[in-house]
Amino acid sequence: MTLLSVENLTVAFPGRRGTVNAIEDVSLSIEPGEILGMVGESGAGKSMTGAAIIGLIEPPGHIAKGRIVLEGERIDTKSPEQMRRIRGRRIGAIFQDPLTSLNPVLTVGDQLIETIQTHLKLPRAEARERAIDWLRRVGIPAPEARIDTYPHQYSGGMRQRVVIALALCAEPRLVIADEPTTALDVSVQAQIIALLRRLARETGVAVVLVTHDMGVIAETADRVAVMYAGRIVEVGAVADVLNAPNHPYTEGLMASIPRIGPRPEILPQIEGAMPRPHARPPGCAFAPRCPNRMDVCSEQRPELEGSAAAAVACHLKAEVPA
Amino acid sequence: MTSPLLTVSNLKKTFDLSPPFLNRLLSGGNRQYVHAVDGVDFSIEPGTTLSLVGESGCGKSTVAKLLMGLTQPTAGSIRFDGQELAGCGPGQPAATRRRMQMIFQDPFASLNPRWRVARVIGEPMKSFGLEPDPVARRKEVDRLLEFVGLSAEDGEKFPHEFSGGQRQRISIARAISTNPEFLVCDEPTSALDVSVQAQILNLMRELQRELGLTYLFISHDLAVVNYISDQIGVMYLGRLVELAPADRIFRAPQHPYTRLLLETVPDITMAHRDIERPAGEVPNPITPPAGCHFNPRCPHATERCRTQTPSFRSDGGAQVRCHAVEEGRLPAHEARAQTRKAG
Ligand SMILES: Nc1ncnc2c1ncn2[C@@H]1O[C@H](COP(=O)(O)OP(=O)(O)OP(=O)(O)O)[C@@H](O)[C@H]1O
Ligand SMILES: Nc1ncnc2c1ncn2[C@@H]1O[C@H](COP(=O)(O)OP(=O)(O)OP(=O)(O)O)[C@@H](O)[C@H]1O
Ligand code: SF4
Ligand SMILES: [Mg+2]
Ligand SMILES: [Mg+2]
Repeated sequence: MTLLSVENLTVAFPGRRGTVNAIEDVSLSIEPGEILGMVGESGAGKSMTGAAIIGLIEPPGHIAKGRIVLEGERIDTKSPEQMRRIRGRRIGAIFQDPLTSLNPVLTVGDQLIETIQTHLKLPRAEARERAIDWLRRVGIPAPEARIDTYPHQYSGGMRQRVVIALALCAEPRLVIADEPTTALDVSVQAQIIALLRRLARETGVAVVLVTHDMGVIAETADRVAVMYAGRIVEVGAVADVLNAPNHPYTEGLMASIPRIGPRPEILPQIEGAMPRPHARPPGCAFAPRCPNRMDVCSEQRPELEGSAAAAVACHLKAEVPA
Repeated sequence: MTSPLLTVSNLKKTFDLSPPFLNRLLSGGNRQYVHAVDGVDFSIEPGTTLSLVGESGCGKSTVAKLLMGLTQPTAGSIRFDGQELAGCGPGQPAATRRRMQMIFQDPFASLNPRWRVARVIGEPMKSFGLEPDPVARRKEVDRLLEFVGLSAEDGEKFPHEFSGGQRQRISIARAISTNPEFLVCDEPTSALDVSVQAQILNLMRELQRELGLTYLFISHDLAVVNYISDQIGVMYLGRLVELAPADRIFRAPQHPYTRLLLETVPDITMAHRDIERPAGEVPNPITPPAGCHFNPRCPHATERCRTQTPSFRSDGGAQVRCHAVEEGRLPAHEARAQTRKAG
């Protein structure tokens, strides 16, 4: 059964210049054990999509349209109190900065034990055993000794491991990880990526991995959704999207990423920049920058067509039936 | 052979992190130092790019600040076109400082928000007395704006009216306004989106070709560095551990740390490597390990590595600081395996 499905989700922010849609008609689904990457430029709507799923949209922002269904049950209509229980127990969250997720005055062990006890109703001694076990699973050396120490006594990479343990210890079905490795050094980043993959495989937890780093996506995700100006423009298996992108934006993006290996005289570049939410053009938001633009592109918005395995929102693809 | 435009020898910068004397006396704390730059040597030929890479805190920005005279070296020499800069006061000697400019990582913080863009770009020309006439200066500003891919009208706007990539173009226009020969670029694209990064990297290479600029480029992104560099220096805890031509660093990395970096960098062509390598983490820079700073993370460390600092030796076109390389016991580099998994 599909673990999570998001259908035509629009998040609106009323403001002085009228209402802007931070994200618009976003649809996606994720299966148990799957890692779905979400990439896109700053402001594309990656974090907003994640925030909507875990029910943490900052007011006055709100869901203006669409549904979010977790394990067959609609959750976008739940009360804040009900969402608080779903968060932690059924959906875990990992954010960029490990310090914001950890309480500096409690030991790492106390934080883990409390979370485990709240959600799994276990006696303290047993919860402590589990906490130690989680620290071991995320690769903290000597967990029996380290469990009673404070977050500031851990290095950046170890703190992020603790945050991962904290997000997973209540055994949620889904984890939203928003830029979980961005603040880390590359050598540590690689370990965290491998850890996420191993845990998804071992525990069947599904992960929505938000990042702007294509390298991280390539190494971690099974499928990837590419966002542009508040919408998903392409979804597909990682290898397909990276090596044979369907959307002109994805194509331009992939070509513009410098690579290790023989270097080109000039990097292919996409001219211009992504429009801000209040300045999105009608039709396809990418049209002003698109080398393949047709007349229809600036008039009519292309919809995301295809299946969960491969979909693209581009008039070019609609013209030629696959 | 041309002579280098810039030569840095045994450059050192130590920061004193000790608590004030009285606190030390009362609480018995020790003096603490960070050897942010700990004996670095390199030189850059005119019209070429040397890049410094390495993890957070290894001393890259400190090297940049030392070159620009924004902080004074503890020891060592910085020679620019034959002139010694170490020990000269901030902004001194002025005639040489004009020939060196810097581009910062954060195009938001480095532009005065209350000034119109024309004033931002024209200011260095004014303060160095290169173009005292305001009308002529404005004409030059317009030319620079167009040169970096903006338009003359943009001079009337304020920095906040521009996107990140456009602001970085403004910083570049300002940096080249004094006709410098040398640019220090500290992570100039790290705050930018990838599609915009390509625009800025292309602009920088174009400027180099057209104006013959020499760059010291700082980045933690190896792929970016591969695109922009002639030479690459890999830093670890204040020391250069390897310095070699760019293609050689990628084809035949010598130092175990260079190899680790290449192995662990997430890469779009290397999907789903399943190695959870116990790569360890960068140690505390206040108490770096004795001998080779990399020894606790190094698979080739021996007793000598734990006690004796390796020297920076030439090794067939590269310079490397490693006992294993010197002793000829380092295994040949294997290009990393592509362990792509179905799924
Ligand atoms: N509190 C808010 N009020 C109004 N608009 C907002 C608010 N928060 C976010 N937005 C808008 O929603 C859009 C999506 O933002 P989001 O944070 O999801 O981007 P992102 O893809 O995560 O970018 P980044 O890579 O910078 O984290 C942006 O255009 C942003 O300006
Ligand atoms: N003004 C200062 N006072 C004390 N310590 C400093 C100062 N500036 C830098 N350091 C220390 O010197 C070391 C090198 O810092 P530097 O900023 O040069 O690193 P970097 O390689 O540029 O790192 P990053 O990739 O994070 O920018 C660090 O340990 C840092 O904490
Ligand atoms: S000197 Fe020794 S510890 Fe340092 S990198 Fe070389 S082999 Fe490893
Ligand atoms: Mg975000
Ligand atoms: Mg720096």
